[in-house]
Amino acid sequence: MSRLLQALFGRLPIGWLQLTHNRTRFAAALAGVAFANVLVFVQLGIMNSMGAATLRPYDFFQADIMISAGDANSLTDGGTTTFGIDPVKPGFLAPEISGDLNLLQVQDAAILDRLACGLARDEAAAIRPQSPLSFETQGRTVTACATFAGGGGFGGDGYMLVSDQTFLSLFNSRSSTAPDHILLTLRPGAQPRAVVARLKDLISDPGLRIRTQAEAAQEDLRPQQTRRPTGIIFRFGVLIGVLVGLVIVCQVLSTDVADHLRGYATFKAMGYGPRFFLGVVFEQALVLGVLGFLPGLAVGTTFQTAMGRITTLPLAMTPSMAISVFVGTVVFSALSRAIATRRLAAADPADLF
Amino acid sequence: MNLTLLRGSFTGLMGPSGSGKTTVLTLIGCLRAVQDGSVHLLGRELNGAPDADLVALRRRLGFIFQAHNLHEGLTAVQNVMMGVQVHGRVPDAAAERAAAHALDLVGLSERRSYLPANLSGGQKQRVAVARALVASPALVLADEPTAALDKDSAAEVVDLLPRMGAARGTTTLLVTHDNRILDRADRILTLEDGRIVRIEDRDPR
Repeated sequence: MSRLLQALFGRLPIGWLQLTHNRTRFAAALAGVAFANVLVFVQLGIMNSMGAATLRPYDFFQADIMISAGDANSLTDGGTTTFGIDPVKPGFLAPEISGDLNLLQVQDAAILDRLACGLARDEAAAIRPQSPLSFETQGRTVTACATFAGGGGFGGDGYMLVSDQTFLSLFNSRSSTAPDHILLTLRPGAQPRAVVARLKDLISDPGLRIRTQAEAAQEDLRPQQTRRPTGIIFRFGVLIGVLVGLVIVCQVLSTDVADHLRGYATFKAMGYGPRFFLGVVFEQALVLGVLGFLPGLAVGTTFQTAMGRITTLPLAMTPSMAISVFVGTVVFSALSRAIATRRLAAADPADLF
Repeated sequence: MNLTLLRGSFTGLMGPSGSGKTTVLTLIGCLRAVQDGSVHLLGRELNGAPDADLVALRRRLGFIFQAHNLHEGLTAVQNVMMGVQVHGRVPDAAAERAAAHALDLVGLSERRSYLPANLSGGQKQRVAVARALVASPALVLADEPTAALDKDSAAEVVDLLPRMGAARGTTTLLVTHDNRILDRADRILTLEDGRIVRIEDRDPR
């Protein structure tokens, strides 16, 4: 490490040597950075999983264009979201599900989300057409004869697919003439946006929303992250994690600067300029950032994996999350170092004589 | 007051506290801005000189303080290297060679990789001397370098300063009340109330 920094900065790695000189303080600063990282990773993980959970049901379907009723904003609808679909039109479904679609031609048959909350994992794993699972919902007995991987989110517990006929008998108030979403697939080569524009011209009902499936997913996502309380809560969580880390590192480092004030004043007297001191600050930020980030990443990943397993939320450490947290860590280490270094101005070499 | 230091000379400065000895050092050492009058250092006028120029001039000076002011996190040789690397990117090996050589000269070749905490007071001050002299400064400014040391440690430093100065042709201005150092000076100035009240030119022993 020492040699690497020496090569990088072309001088003695003062920052590194100074940090490692006081082992206890160094450990405290690293723990502060790691702790802040874990906090941010957990909050970010939950926040991202919220988005991923919202987008997940869109992966069940393979359409180009969605025509949605004005009050149908999302594919997630509290509790277990039930989709009623025509069992002889497999083209609208993701390949994982469409293979089992013919099973739904039997009345009251269902394809069940094996990751749904409240469903025992071993029980779900045992569901086959030969060994179906019967359960009661909406006052009717439904038989699950196949499963797919969905999973609960913040908006619901899981998903279930039934035929349109079964759907109508489960939900008496719904009618086949008023679906929530109509899916369209386009002939190869057709431009989805152009078709959307033409459909909008043809259909004058302002209550209907005509969008490509991707647009519909994005429009579903935005209010989740910015308007629903959960999204805002986790944004604050990230902010608090950053602040906690900033305070810890700031405190540790400003004591460090205070302890080395005479040494700094001497360096100033010897003719070291502001660029040198800025370099030391950056060096220390880099050291703290890198060495604090690694344990933070390890613990953060472990926490995310554990939470994901328990909640079935799509929690996962993504490279982009890790990279952005790393960059943030170095930036905020540098920031707290810079705050701590303001005391450096008090190091007046004229006081040394 | 009017004072001129000859190149290569070893000048002692004494006087009661408050007589302005330290002010003279800080002004010549470019550590304080010159408000009035004129200080000519190494061919430059310091009155009105911009900060960046003062910093650049300081690199050509060597400072020895009453306290050693070594960086506690750096070993003896690393502390001395700081005196080399202030002059810009110097290859590590070269900087380390220069620093090790300077430590040899102050008799600390055995203690190169010691941290200041593991050195005696006299040894630390000798490291500070090595740091001040390693880059062959044109002028060395020293402020009571032996005041904080016990008699034996002081003797080590006393022996060192004039010898190193003479060997490198460095001009030295030194505030001290230590007669053993003053005995070695070419010239002794006595200050009182900001005035030079006595100039004694001598033949150093």
